[in-house]
Amino acid sequence: MKSEPMSSLNVIAPGILSLLTDAGRLGQQQIGLTNGGPLDPFAFEWANRLCHNPSNTTAIEVTIGGLVLSAAADTQIALTGAELPLSVNGQAQPMWQTINIAAGDKIQLGYAGENGSRAYLAIAGGFAIAPQFGSTATVVREGIGGLDGRALQKGDKLPIGTQTPGKLLRLPPQARPHYAKAVNLRVVVGYQQQYFSAAAKARFFHSEYQVSERCDRMGYRLEGPSVSATIDGILSEGICLGAIQVPADGQPIVLLNDRQTIGGYPKLGSVLSLDIPALAQLGPGGKVRFSEIDIDSAHHLLLLEQRRQDQLRAEEV
Amino acid sequence: MSDYRIEVAGDSALIVYLGEQTKPEISAKVQALASGLAPFMGAELVDMVPSYASLLVIFNPLLCDHLWLRAQVREQMQQAASGSDKQGGKLVELPAYYSEESGPDLAPLAKNAGLSTEQVIALHSGEEFRVYAIGFAPGFAYLGQVDERIAAPRLATPRQKVPKGAVAIADRQTAVYPAQSPGGWNLIGLCPTPMFNPSSEPHMPVAVGDRVRFKPIGREEFFALGGELPSFEVSQ
Repeated sequence: MKSEPMSSLNVIAPGILSLLTDAGRLGQQQIGLTNGGPLDPFAFEWANRLCHNPSNTTAIEVTIGGLVLSAAADTQIALTGAELPLSVNGQAQPMWQTINIAAGDKIQLGYAGENGSRAYLAIAGGFAIAPQFGSTATVVREGIGGLDGRALQKGDKLPIGTQTPGKLLRLPPQARPHYAKAVNLRVVVGYQQQYFSAAAKARFFHSEYQVSERCDRMGYRLEGPSVSATIDGILSEGICLGAIQVPADGQPIVLLNDRQTIGGYPKLGSVLSLDIPALAQLGPGGKVRFSEIDIDSAHHLLLLEQRRQDQLRAEEV
Repeated sequence: MSDYRIEVAGDSALIVYLGEQTKPEISAKVQALASGLAPFMGAELVDMVPSYASLLVIFNPLLCDHLWLRAQVREQMQQAASGSDKQGGKLVELPAYYSEESGPDLAPLAKNAGLSTEQVIALHSGEEFRVYAIGFAPGFAYLGQVDERIAAPRLATPRQKVPKGAVAIADRQTAVYPAQSPGGWNLIGLCPTPMFNPSSEPHMPVAVGDRVRFKPIGREEFFALGGELPSFEVSQ
């Protein structure tokens, strides 16, 4: 039997930064490969759920916006995350909802404003991309994942899986995240925290920081009161997601999904993983405060959040 | 093997410190602990990052917790203390074409060290190094330690482009750049062996804990082994 040629979504304009990604790359850090994956896993997960896809299906992370696509087949899509204008053939469409797409349709994303910086576009059946090292997550710095390890470009044909159209779903508005311009991040204190004086820690937890221009998928560099450690550097060691690294200038950097796997700057602890999306949805100028939490409380929160996710249901449109 | 310390790293991560220095014995302990915990990978454990003297362990908080992981680490450490498990690692020989045309910092490094370039080459290739860590970029293996006489600080201004295969020194560490990237290490030669290949198994010729020895080769052999001469940016 001859197999149907695979259908595709075609990139008319890639926008600022659009990356193919699944849930991320795990278990490869011993050869220096970072996790990659969506900076806002909640929004990513729901884009797929609204398209009746399993978790970990490949979708597109759109930073800021500007992505324009044309569909070469009838399909369904859903856009979640940062609030930005979405239109199909010029007709405005809602986010956080399944949308029917016909072959030839033009899907256009505008630009995010005040409410978030990262949006997720999923498609029924997912993008059919061969995984590298167990994942399709694009990490541009490594040249790994996605299409040849790079961001989407004009002219790319993104192969899509086939899937029978499902019911039109939406996430109830009250269940959608609100992306604030000022966020509080809970911090599990650890790592080299003993090398930060009580005064430095107090300053850190009682000050407001601002997201600098240097914020990307590797990390968010913050500006505010200095919190220098009593040592300049340490023997290089593994860096986990959300680790707060403080170089000699005392300005903290929160390390994100595309971080280097090891490094030698002192670290105060790590941002609670549940709070990473709130940070990564901020752009330059966003305001950040920190509060302290211990690993036991953090663990309870992770379990509770999982239960909340399991119980959260989409509603039919 | 009782000297270790467990610290919280994040909501789903602990880091185990097995020492404070770059030493083969400490690196071997890191390796022993990583192999002891390896059976849990893909289930309770999500990722492990071995480095010079520490092991970062990321766990799945839906399947276990930090108390469980602490207990596993303690158990592994006790077993290691009573056993005699020596983690040797394989010996890997990497060819290196040391010269001024393949290593623009070879002559300045020699001059600063008060040595001839031949002496630098002899010291670099005369020693067996250990793979202490892999990171910075996919396949970038930190090897140590080079003889103190050829230790050299990083360049004041890093190069925008260090070519793939560059054999380099920073302080008492040495490495082969697995791909073209920015970098501030001193470049003393080129290695024609690919250090990272995403499309072949194994992806790397070395793993953490392996031993590496550089074998000086000439220009002809370098080309015969598939080496290519790139153009270098001038160092500052």
